[in-house]
Amino acid sequence: MQAGTPLLEVKNLRVEFPTRRGTLVAVDDISFSIAPGEVLGVVGESGAGKSLTGAAIIGLLEPPGRVAGGEILLDGRRIDNLPYEKMRRVRGKEIGAIFQDPLTSLNPLYTIGRQLTETIVTHLDMTEAAARDRAIQLLQDVGIPAAERRIDHYPHQLSGGMRQRVVIALALCANPRLIVADEPTTALDVSIQAQIITLIKRLCREHGTAVMLVTHDMGVIAETADRVAVMYAGRIAEIGPVRDVIRRARHPYTEGLMGSIPKLGNVQARLAQIDGAMPRLTAIPQGCAFNPRCTKVFDRCRTARPDPIDVGDTKVACWLYDQAGKAAAE
Amino acid sequence: MIAFVIRRLLQAVLVMMAVGFVAFSLFAYVGDPVSIMLGQDFTEETRQRLVTDLGLDKPFFVQYFNFLVNAAQGQFGISYRLARPVTDLLMERLPATLELSFCAATLALAVGVPMGVYTGLNRDTWISRLLLTVSLVGVSLPTFLIGILLILVFSVVLGWLPSFGRGTTVALGWWTTGFLTPTGLRALILPSITLALFQMTLIMRLVRSEMLEVLRTDYIKFARARGLHNRAINFGHALKNTLVPVITITGLQLGGIIAFAIVTETVFQWPGMGFLFIQSVSSADVPVMAAYLLLIAFFFVLINLIVDLLYYAVDPRLRIDRGAAGGHGH
Amino acid sequence: MDVLRRALDSDIYYSFRRSPVVVVSAIVTVLFFAGAIFAPLISPQNPFDLRQLNLMDASLPPAWMPDGLPQYPLGTDTQGRDVFSTILFGSRISLLVGILSVVFAMVLGIGLGLLAGYLGGTVDAVIMRIADVQLSFPAILIALLIDGVARIVIPRELHHEIAIYVLILAIGFSGWVQYARTVRGSCMVEKSKEYVQAARVIGRHPVAIMLQHVLPNVLGPVLVIATIHLALAIITEATLSFLGVGVPPTQPSLGTLIRIGNNFLFSGEWWITVVPGLALVIMVLAVNLLGDWLRDALNPKLR
Repeated sequence: MQAGTPLLEVKNLRVEFPTRRGTLVAVDDISFSIAPGEVLGVVGESGAGKSLTGAAIIGLLEPPGRVAGGEILLDGRRIDNLPYEKMRRVRGKEIGAIFQDPLTSLNPLYTIGRQLTETIVTHLDMTEAAARDRAIQLLQDVGIPAAERRIDHYPHQLSGGMRQRVVIALALCANPRLIVADEPTTALDVSIQAQIITLIKRLCREHGTAVMLVTHDMGVIAETADRVAVMYAGRIAEIGPVRDVIRRARHPYTEGLMGSIPKLGNVQARLAQIDGAMPRLTAIPQGCAFNPRCTKVFDRCRTARPDPIDVGDTKVACWLYDQAGKAAAE
Repeated sequence: MIAFVIRRLLQAVLVMMAVGFVAFSLFAYVGDPVSIMLGQDFTEETRQRLVTDLGLDKPFFVQYFNFLVNAAQGQFGISYRLARPVTDLLMERLPATLELSFCAATLALAVGVPMGVYTGLNRDTWISRLLLTVSLVGVSLPTFLIGILLILVFSVVLGWLPSFGRGTTVALGWWTTGFLTPTGLRALILPSITLALFQMTLIMRLVRSEMLEVLRTDYIKFARARGLHNRAINFGHALKNTLVPVITITGLQLGGIIAFAIVTETVFQWPGMGFLFIQSVSSADVPVMAAYLLLIAFFFVLINLIVDLLYYAVDPRLRIDRGAAGGHGH
Repeated sequence: MDVLRRALDSDIYYSFRRSPVVVVSAIVTVLFFAGAIFAPLISPQNPFDLRQLNLMDASLPPAWMPDGLPQYPLGTDTQGRDVFSTILFGSRISLLVGILSVVFAMVLGIGLGLLAGYLGGTVDAVIMRIADVQLSFPAILIALLIDGVARIVIPRELHHEIAIYVLILAIGFSGWVQYARTVRGSCMVEKSKEYVQAARVIGRHPVAIMLQHVLPNVLGPVLVIATIHLALAIITEATLSFLGVGVPPTQPSLGTLIRIGNNFLFSGEWWITVVPGLALVIMVLAVNLLGDWLRDALNPKLR
């Protein structure tokens, strides 16, 4: 499907939260990969496990959450079981991160310059002065006007959009090969969202950085991603090239998701909606997790859980595409 | 900066006026100073003269004003109990109280802050659990009981340290110090520990909970995602942000030390202002009570002022254009 | 039955059951309350009935020491009073003063907090300013001052009789600020919500409807403050009594007992002061542990 070796490979990842009422499986046996320079969008409702997948990749799952199975490989090297110090050197240097809320991602007591230079000096062999020059360069790259002056400002002196640009600059400090961006535009004004998305897209093209873009906004995915993974209740429902998934959604859940996006020039009277809500982690139904809400449900969906099945360039976790299974159902 | 200081100074003056009002009310209306000062035998003539001398025939606000003017000059009248000028009594005892409070405050901060940082950073080690349990015992131990137990062990049973008094003091001008003689230093040990212990545990618990609070923030998570060294995150980012609330509350705690000196001085018969105050309360010596109250209020206001200035130095959000900083409450 | 089952299944009960320290604290607290309430029934001796005292039995050490007698498990003081009995009666006074002053502070604080939060404006500013100023003075100093003034204003004979109530007011008044702040905060949040506006439209008094919504919201935090405040109030009472400005010697609290016993520290009768001291610490520690646990249990994000 993709050329060359993948930059990031996630194999059968499982994230668990032990609680007193038993263990919750928040991410259940998911596999995907990201090629160098590729933008993978990850969509899903909140609680689908997409942010946790991102946190697991950068090795910052909040306890008691933990990786309970599977592997995460960066350039063929396992990173999910690295000791803290080794993983620290991966974070920021090889994998950058962008968080949701730029207002709270920056330390209010330090100038943005100090936060940039400390990150640069930590990962690159540079003097303070050289790091400061690089910091100014980065601020210019992310489109902050008068960067020489702005670098000595404190976060509270910048607007939300400006702060998210600083956060992006921080993620790019050491030229990482992958950026995990968790809802990078959700907390921003709609008018600024587009600017930030364009910025991420441009910078990644220029630097050849791959991006895992976690969002619940299908519009952002359509505009930015090369491929897209649709998550539902801790599993991947469908993953494939963004065109295929959007134009020819195969999984009934994806179809529903696409149907809920308003389209310009479409005179369709009503937006489609998916009945019901995603199950809570404590009560995931047997079989396919989507079966109680699925319009095309049949017996097998209620008993056995489908694994991803190759359909063209995409993989779909749905019994509808299992030839033998479908035949049996009919 | 100047506007900030002036505003704080004005507030300080207002607080002093309010406390002065309480002290004055105490002075003028609690008990009957005339009959107390006259004793048993007096004529109506001497009574009238005393009333005029004390200015008690003047209107309320004139009396209040006179009281403030006198107070500002250090004139608080004559102690009913000891028949000496209140100012002299307080000045004789001021060094004892301040030296004790200084030692206790230094001890409480020097031990409490590092313990708080340690237990905040390493929440699950057995040392942290032990410290936390011990600190709860510390909070539950009334100051006077700590003093009694220390006397029992170190003075009565072991006979190592003196159980009362200041030892030999050296006069430096009007100031008497116990720092310069071996007996003076030995006499400081038990009272300082007694006074420090309660505040120490409070400071430790406070620093710990603030540290935990800060470690949960997005900017600390983002600092980890940037791959900064643990040392830089814990002692650079987290500790500095912890400082802001810690400074405020530690300031209040220092005020507490001066107040609890009353208890410690009583247990150790330490010749300080607190011991004088408690004797005055028992014997209704109003001038001493009023003067002590004003002096203590002055120290509190001074500490609060210093705290505000420190706060201002640590937090850039206060320094630069407060309007743009938005709602930063504390 | 259903309520009981729900309570037993709740997270709070679970965290209670899981921590042996908390269970022990609860048991100790209950024992102290029971001991205080039933002191006249269970104490071996009425330490204030002079006919029951035997000067021959004065200054006996606790029963486990040589010279100790089994009928005085914790020894006797210099007047032949059974220390165990004086502790039971002393806890009675300590707990009474502690609880009543917490209740007073709670009522005052909640009232002022509601007033400040609901009315806003000048009333709010004045109340919160007073709170700020008061908060910068340690509670013990304020209690000491109120108590000292009362001592001067009220005639001596009368003062002896009402000393306990003066003490309750003094300690209670020194602790209202935290309740007021919590309630005010919650009140401000609720006030801006639409149902309060809606209540006005349909003619219900907004105060009534706010009480209905604010009080349940602040119940948890107020309970936590009250528990920790109880420990502090008991300590404050003991401290004032130790300083000799608390309860009158005719109704000794634990603090008074420690004060009296302190005079005999150097003559070797350490138990007269140490045993009541330990009782005080154990009582306060148990309450503090409960408060600490309650705070964590009601505030899941801290875990």
